[in-house]
Amino acid sequence: MSSNSLSVVGRTEMAASTSHEEQYVTFTVGAEEYGVKILSVREIRGWTPESRLPNLADYVRGVVNLRGIIIPIFDLRARFGGGCTEVTKLHVVVVIQVGERTRGILVDAISDILTIGHDQIKPPPTLDSSMVEAQYLSGLYTCDQRMVTLLDVTKLFAEETGEEEHLAQRANMGTARAA
Amino acid sequence: MDDLSQFKQTYFEESAELLEVAESGLLRLSPDNQDMDEINAVFRAVHSIKGGGGAFGFTDLVAFAHEFETVMDGVRSSTIPVTTDLVDTLIIANDVLGRLIGHAQENTPIPPGTTDAAAQALCRFLGKTGAPTKSTDSASAEATSATATATVAGAGAGAIPAADDGRKTWCIRFTPKQDLLLSGNDPSFMLRALERMGEATIDCDVSDLPSLDHMEPENLYLKWTVQLLTDQTKAQIEDPFEFVAEEGVVEITCLSETAAGPTAAKTETASVGAVAVSGSRPEADSGAASGSGQLTVYSKSGEAGAKTAANKGAGGAPPTQVAGHTIRVDLDKIDRLVNMVGEMVITQAMVAEHLRDLPPGEFQELLEGLEQLAQHTRELRESVMSIRAQPVGSVFSRMPRLVRDLAAETGKDVVLETSGENTEVDKTVIENLVDPLTHMIRNSIDHGLETPDAREAAGKPRTGIVHLSAQHRSGRIVIEVSDDGRGINRPRVLEKAVEQGLVPAGASLSDEDIDNLIFLPGFSTADKVSNISGRGVGMDVVRRNISGLGGRIAVYSAPGQGSRFVLSLPLTLAVLDGMVISVGAERFVLPLTNIVESLRPKHADLHGLVNKCDVMMARGEYVRLVYLHKLFGIPGAVEDASKGLVVLVESEGDGRLGLVVDEVLGQQQVVIKSLEANFRRLDGVGAATILGDGRVALILDVAGLQEMSQHSGSGGGVRQISDLASPAAVPLLRAS
Repeated sequence: MSSNSLSVVGRTEMAASTSHEEQYVTFTVGAEEYGVKILSVREIRGWTPESRLPNLADYVRGVVNLRGIIIPIFDLRARFGGGCTEVTKLHVVVVIQVGERTRGILVDAISDILTIGHDQIKPPPTLDSSMVEAQYLSGLYTCDQRMVTLLDVTKLFAEETGEEEHLAQRANMGTARAA
Repeated sequence: MDDLSQFKQTYFEESAELLEVAESGLLRLSPDNQDMDEINAVFRAVHSIKGGGGAFGFTDLVAFAHEFETVMDGVRSSTIPVTTDLVDTLIIANDVLGRLIGHAQENTPIPPGTTDAAAQALCRFLGKTGAPTKSTDSASAEATSATATATVAGAGAGAIPAADDGRKTWCIRFTPKQDLLLSGNDPSFMLRALERMGEATIDCDVSDLPSLDHMEPENLYLKWTVQLLTDQTKAQIEDPFEFVAEEGVVEITCLSETAAGPTAAKTETASVGAVAVSGSRPEADSGAASGSGQLTVYSKSGEAGAKTAANKGAGGAPPTQVAGHTIRVDLDKIDRLVNMVGEMVITQAMVAEHLRDLPPGEFQELLEGLEQLAQHTRELRESVMSIRAQPVGSVFSRMPRLVRDLAAETGKDVVLETSGENTEVDKTVIENLVDPLTHMIRNSIDHGLETPDAREAAGKPRTGIVHLSAQHRSGRIVIEVSDDGRGINRPRVLEKAVEQGLVPAGASLSDEDIDNLIFLPGFSTADKVSNISGRGVGMDVVRRNISGLGGRIAVYSAPGQGSRFVLSLPLTLAVLDGMVISVGAERFVLPLTNIVESLRPKHADLHGLVNKCDVMMARGEYVRLVYLHKLFGIPGAVEDASKGLVVLVESEGDGRLGLVVDEVLGQQQVVIKSLEANFRRLDGVGAATILGDGRVALILDVAGLQEMSQHSGSGGGVRQISDLASPAAVPLLRAS
């Protein structure tokens, strides 16, 4: 299993930059490039066949065994409406840890590790806030004339995994509506 | 202070155990049954709670525990007679003490008045007997005990009083260790206890007291010499020092047989510590829960005849207590170990699967080694699981209290008998047993047992018996709750069920079917809602809980003789015996307990039913078919049931169902993994597991599948009468 998983080496050392800068792992999905904070990335592993879960949206690829724990895999391309990814050996899964929970995100390839200053991040243009996509975005960054879309890992597929705060939020909304 | 919080945690854990010890001791206490060992055990439990509480500065708790302890002290010295009133008061006091500990644990303020009633009740007993009452603010005195106790002095200071009434003069030299106060002990209590025994002269030796700038405020530098004229025996004099056996040296010397000077000393010196070790103390064999060590003392009821008579309430022998060689281990650590072993089982299966394709004969040794590994893995898993296993006695022990309360509330005479308390089962199962058992015992007492008068009229003894038993049977634990009451009143149950619209009028049901009606949601025979029952939530919840644990429940009843509820549960929730099946490219695990049989139907056995669903004739019954690939949307599966396989499954009371799958791959023990840890619950899926090739397979939840298939519009179908539990089946009954 270790052959197809590549740990992010020494991420704590690398993250020890100044407080105004943070490191991001960037990856590509189709022509677009996305970035997530490196501290939330637990590991990057090659594609292993998933077990499908019944009756869920197409972007929920299924579940895989990550050294004894079962984690869901989400297809970022499908989530953003680009259709299901045809997986090859070159596709990778970015394993993200948010709090106690771990999930995998299927992307095309890892491209870079960037150190980005807070002031270099541009706010995303206003999208319709009801779109889940809008909640995922935390900012935009330009690197060698490429635009990198920075994603908020705490929101990324949080609702799909039934994260408590989302449920709580929804419950609050429900009661607000009822009142 | 963080170090302290760790000790606090231990204190709370120990207190919880001690409270249980105290409660079970108190429950056995009655005017006819005054077992000194039991009384002492209760006394020690309360004392230990108080001592620890003092160490952490829970002043209210200590003050109350002190009152409690004083009464217990009176009981054990027989100055307070044991009456039912007293026992009731003590049980309530124990509850209050538990609440105070709860407040201390959660660090919440104690609501004013929490202790008032109980404390007053306790005082009443103290006042009645004239036993020395100490003010509750003695807690604050503890802090300054060193100075306070120096002034405690009895009558006749300095002289050794002579007496000719069988009393002796004793010299007690108590040299505590300097850290005595840190263990929550207070020498003033011991000195006062001595004082109560007779005429005491207490001298405090302050020679070791360092100068103020060298003094550690938490250390104790004092020594005491007490001359005591008393009719008590040496063992009784040693008694107050029981808890400081390891915290100091106590020398007790008899100075006179009747009346003599110190020169006539017949020396009989012994350190209490040494006595404690040699075990010659009167109470030593009952397992002193001395607060100092990490040694857990738990009761193992002597399995003589499996029936522990002690729980009959009166007259029985108490369970002998055995100080086992146990350690207290954090549950997380054990869980991690269980997980690791689970991983190993999977890895081992994985290796085995890879090596299966090796040419035979070539790697004989490797294969033999693998065989051994498999054996060891299995044994390792079993031993790890047995660490988590606990005797069901820990649940059973809560029931006497419940029975006592219910009996009082319903005005019925009830005796609870238990057997098989030592039957072991996984901790998670134990935790989930409390609610169902509580419900069932409630049900038995409220509905099953008659009032004493009615029993007498029926020619039965006035006292009803509820029997709770546990045993291992074919890899499962079977728990029975039976009563010798009136049994299920079938005509009335049927009438009520019809009234509540749960069964169509005029339906003819077998006795067994009627008995099973009590498990229907919303069913209740009670005419008025009481505290105990009548809300119509109960037995259906019991059944749901039990089937949630992978268990089954059945009821047997004989009119006039009583009813019997039988629970059968898996021994662990960490592994499961399952059948691996395949549908399309996916594999699933079906719990073996749900499977009736699997068969390949002939084309002629398959029929469509009102274009809604397919049914199959299996062993003379029509069974509704559910296509797993349709339900789960799996492509590439076998569409024709006669080309695939039908697995007949049944869940608790929800009738049978034919699950159409591609293939049955084989039986396997699988490790249950949570899907919810990183994802969420899915309909029709109970959990997940990892198969030998490292892939994840979902464990199917048969009851969930049944529900899904009804909601997905393909509901209905011909079902057995026994699935009355599901309201959807009721209209079909009308047709029959």
